[in-house]
Amino acid sequence: MPWRFLGRRLRQAVPVLLLVAVGVFFLLEMAEGDAVDAYLAATGAGDAGLAAQLREDYGLTDSLATRFATYVVRLVTLDFGQSVAFSRPVTEVVASRLPVTLLLMGSALCLSAALGVILGGIAGWRRGGPTDTAITVSALVLNAMPGFWLGLLGIILFAVKLRWLPLGGIGTIGADLTGLAAIVDTARHLVLPVTTLALTYLALYVRLMRAAMIAAGDSGWALAARARGLPVRRIVMRHLARPALLPVVTMIGLQAGAMLGGSVVIETVFAIPGLGRLSYEAVTQRDLPLLAAILLAGTVVVVLANIVVDLAYRRLDPRVADAAERAEGSA
Amino acid sequence: MTANTFRRRTSGHLVAAVSAAIVAMAAPLGAETPVRGGTLTVAADTEPRNLNPAIVASNGVFYVSSKIVEPLAEMDYETGLRPVLATGWEGSADGRTITFTLREGVTWHDGTPFTSADVSFSAMEVWKPLQNLGRTIFADLEAVETPDAKTAVFRFARPTPLQLIENALPAVSAVLPKHLYEGTNIAENPANAAPVGTGPFVWGEYRPGEFYRLERNPNYWAEGQPYLDSIVYRVLPDAGAKAAALETGDIQLTAFSAVPLTDMARLDAIDGISVIPGGYEGITYHITVEINHRRAELANPLVRKAMRHAIDTAFIKDVVFLGYATPSTGPIPATAADFYTDDVTTYAFDPARAEQLLDEAGYPRGADGNRFSLRLRPAPWFAMTRDTGDYVRQALQQVGIAVEIVTADPGGHIRAVYTDHDFDLAIGSPVWRNDPAISTTILFQGGLPAGVPFSNQYGYDDAAMNDLIARAAAELDRDARIALYREFQQKVAEDLPILNLVDFTFITVARDEVQNVANNPRWATASWADTWIAQ
Repeated sequence: MPWRFLGRRLRQAVPVLLLVAVGVFFLLEMAEGDAVDAYLAATGAGDAGLAAQLREDYGLTDSLATRFATYVVRLVTLDFGQSVAFSRPVTEVVASRLPVTLLLMGSALCLSAALGVILGGIAGWRRGGPTDTAITVSALVLNAMPGFWLGLLGIILFAVKLRWLPLGGIGTIGADLTGLAAIVDTARHLVLPVTTLALTYLALYVRLMRAAMIAAGDSGWALAARARGLPVRRIVMRHLARPALLPVVTMIGLQAGAMLGGSVVIETVFAIPGLGRLSYEAVTQRDLPLLAAILLAGTVVVVLANIVVDLAYRRLDPRVADAAERAEGSA
Repeated sequence: MTANTFRRRTSGHLVAAVSAAIVAMAAPLGAETPVRGGTLTVAADTEPRNLNPAIVASNGVFYVSSKIVEPLAEMDYETGLRPVLATGWEGSADGRTITFTLREGVTWHDGTPFTSADVSFSAMEVWKPLQNLGRTIFADLEAVETPDAKTAVFRFARPTPLQLIENALPAVSAVLPKHLYEGTNIAENPANAAPVGTGPFVWGEYRPGEFYRLERNPNYWAEGQPYLDSIVYRVLPDAGAKAAALETGDIQLTAFSAVPLTDMARLDAIDGISVIPGGYEGITYHITVEINHRRAELANPLVRKAMRHAIDTAFIKDVVFLGYATPSTGPIPATAADFYTDDVTTYAFDPARAEQLLDEAGYPRGADGNRFSLRLRPAPWFAMTRDTGDYVRQALQQVGIAVEIVTADPGGHIRAVYTDHDFDLAIGSPVWRNDPAISTTILFQGGLPAGVPFSNQYGYDDAAMNDLIARAAAELDRDARIALYREFQQKVAEDLPILNLVDFTFITVARDEVQNVANNPRWATASWADTWIAQ
C-alpha cells in the first residue's frame, strides 16, 4: 500500500488549509457588519447597550491581531468553539450536516459520472450519427438550465401533479422509521434532488467521455486491435473505454470539492439540511468559528477525494503506477 | 367533488341533491363547534438561535415560542386587550405603580405552580436588563413587589403611561419560570433553546434545518383548549417549494407572506386554499425612505418634500405589493385607530411640483440632466424593500436626481446605515408595535448614539420634535397622550425627516380545514390555543 504517498498528500494539504483559513478570516473581516449586526437585523430592535454587550460576549471587542491569534490557535488545536449563529458547539452543528451533504453529493456525483460515461461512450462510438446529436444536445440543454428551476419543475411534476415523490426534506416528519423502511424513506426523498444535481452536471461527463472515446478511436492501438481481428465489444470496452475513463476520473476528483459548496441552491429548493445552506448561513451571520469548521471539513473531503482519485488512476493506468513506484523507490 | 358525484347519481331529485351539496360544503366551513385533535403543519419562518421570547421579542421567535411561553395579555379584535396570565391590572394616579392580578390555577409545563414571583423575576431579571424592547420600555422600572402569590406590583421611578405598558404587554411580557432560570446565566440557559412555559403547547423536538414540533399541553388552564394535538413547523427555505407544499397538503399554512405575492392569486384560485390578509394589524410594517441629513442637499426640507412629491405611492401599492398595502400619510398606520390622524400635510404625486421645489432649493438640472446624485441602500430582507428601491431610483431619476443602488446582506446593511451612516438614502421597513413609544418615535428622536438599529441614525435632530416625543412619553392622561401623538404625526408630515411611503401587513395562506385563522391582530405570533382542524 502506498502509505508514503498518502502521508505526502496529507502533509501537502496542511499549507493549503492554513492559506484558506487565513483567507476566510480576512474576507469576513472585510465584509460590512459583524455577527452582532447580523443578529440585530434578525431581531428587529435593540439599543446601543445591547449591541455593546453582545460584542463583548462574542469576543468582537478585542483588537484585530488578538482575534486573529485566537482564531489561528483554535484552528490549529482543532478547538472550534461555539457557533455564534446557532448557539451550539460548532463540531456538533457541522457533524449533523456533513453526512447529509456527502450522501446527496456522493449519489449525485456517481449518478452523473455513470450516466455520463455510458451516454458519452455511446455518443463517441456513434460519432456524428443521430444518437450522438440527441445525447449531446440533451446534455447541453440540461446543463444550461438553472438548477433551482429544474428542481422546481421536478417538484411540480413528481410531487404536486403525480404525487409519486415527496417534495422536500430528507425524511418523513414524525414517522420515526427504522431499518429498511428508514432507508427507503431517505432514498425516496433523495430521488429528486440527486437527479436534479446529476442532470445539471451530466453534460460535463458526456463531453469528456465522448471526446476521449473519439481520441482513443483514432489512436494507433485501436487500429492495431482492429487489425488483429478482435471482437468489436472487446475493442470498445478495453481499448477505447478504459483509457477514455482517465479524464473522467480526474474530473470526479475536481468536482468533489466544487459540489460540496455548490449545492446551496439545490439544498434550498429541496429543504435539505446540508453543508451548502449551512455555509450560506455562516456567511450571512458572520459566524467565523462555524465557517472555519465548514471549510476545514470541505478541505478534508477534497483532499480525501483526490487521494481516492490518485489510487484509482494507478489501477486504471499502469503507466502511472509504474512511475509512482519508481518515484517512491528512489525517494 | 362529492357534491357533483352525488348530483349526477340523483339527477331526478335536484332539490335533494342541492341541499345535500349545501350541507356537504357548509360542513367544514360553518361548523361552529371546534373539534379536538390533529396536527397542524405550517411552514417555519426563520430558525432563531434563541427561542426565548422574554429575551428576544421578535416575530421569528414569537411564531414558535408564543405557543409555549405566554405574556400577561394578548391583543384582541373586540376588547383591544385580552387577559392571559394577568386577569386584571390597574395603574395608580401618579403613574408610578401598576398592579397586576394574576390568573389562578396556572402551572408551568413541569408542574410547578405559576406565581407572582415568576412575574417579578421575569420583569426585573430578564425584560428590563436583557430584552431588546424591554430594555427601553422598562428602563424606569425600579422594583416588582409581590404582596401575595397572585399579585405583582410594578413600581416605576418616573411616571409611566399605563396605556404604553398595556399596548406593549403582548410583545414584551412573556413570563419565564423563575425556578428554571434563577441563579443561572439567563442568556445561556438551556431552556432558551427548549422553552418551558404555561402555554397551550409544550416543547417537543427541534431538528435544525428540518422541523420544530410542539405537543398539546393537557393541563392548559383554559378549559378544553388547545384543540390541536401538535404543531409542526416545517423548514422549507424556498418560496416556490412552500407554495407547492401548500398544494400537496404537506403544509397547511404559511404565515408572514412566506409565499411570494405573485403566487397569491394562483393559490387563492385553488380549491381548498385561501389567501387571508388579516391578522397582523398589531405588527404593521412601514416602507420608508430613510434620509441621511448629513448630506447638505438632503438636510434641505424643500428637497425632501420634492422627493415625496416625486414618488407615486399608489404605484408602489399596485406594482410592488400587488394591492396588498396602503399608501401611508405618516408614521402611524391607519389600522391603529386610537392614535391615527389623517389631518396632516399630504404630498400628492406630482413630478412637476417636485422639479419646481428642487429648482427653488437651488439644485437646477445640470448639463447631463442631473441635479445631484445619491446612493440608495434598500433593506435586503424583503423582496418588497428591494423592489421599492428600484422604483424609487427610477422615480427620483425622473425629476433629475441620479440614484445609485448599493446592496449588502442584512448584517452589512445594518452596519452601514445605523452605525457607519454610510448612505444617502435607504429603503427601511420599521415595524409599528401597537404604540408610538415602542418603536416609532425612536425613528424621529434626536441624540441617539450610533449603533442603535432601526432608529434615527439620520442626523435629524429637531428640538421641537424631541420635546414633543418626551412630553408624550411622560403623559399619563390617555386622551392628552393621544392628542400629543396626533401632533407628532403632523410635525412628521411637515418636516419629513424620513418619507413614509406605504404600510403593509403580512398575508397568511391556509388550507380551508384550518379554523380560527387570523382571529386576532397578532395571530401568527399568538398562542393558537383556539386553532382547530375541521375533519
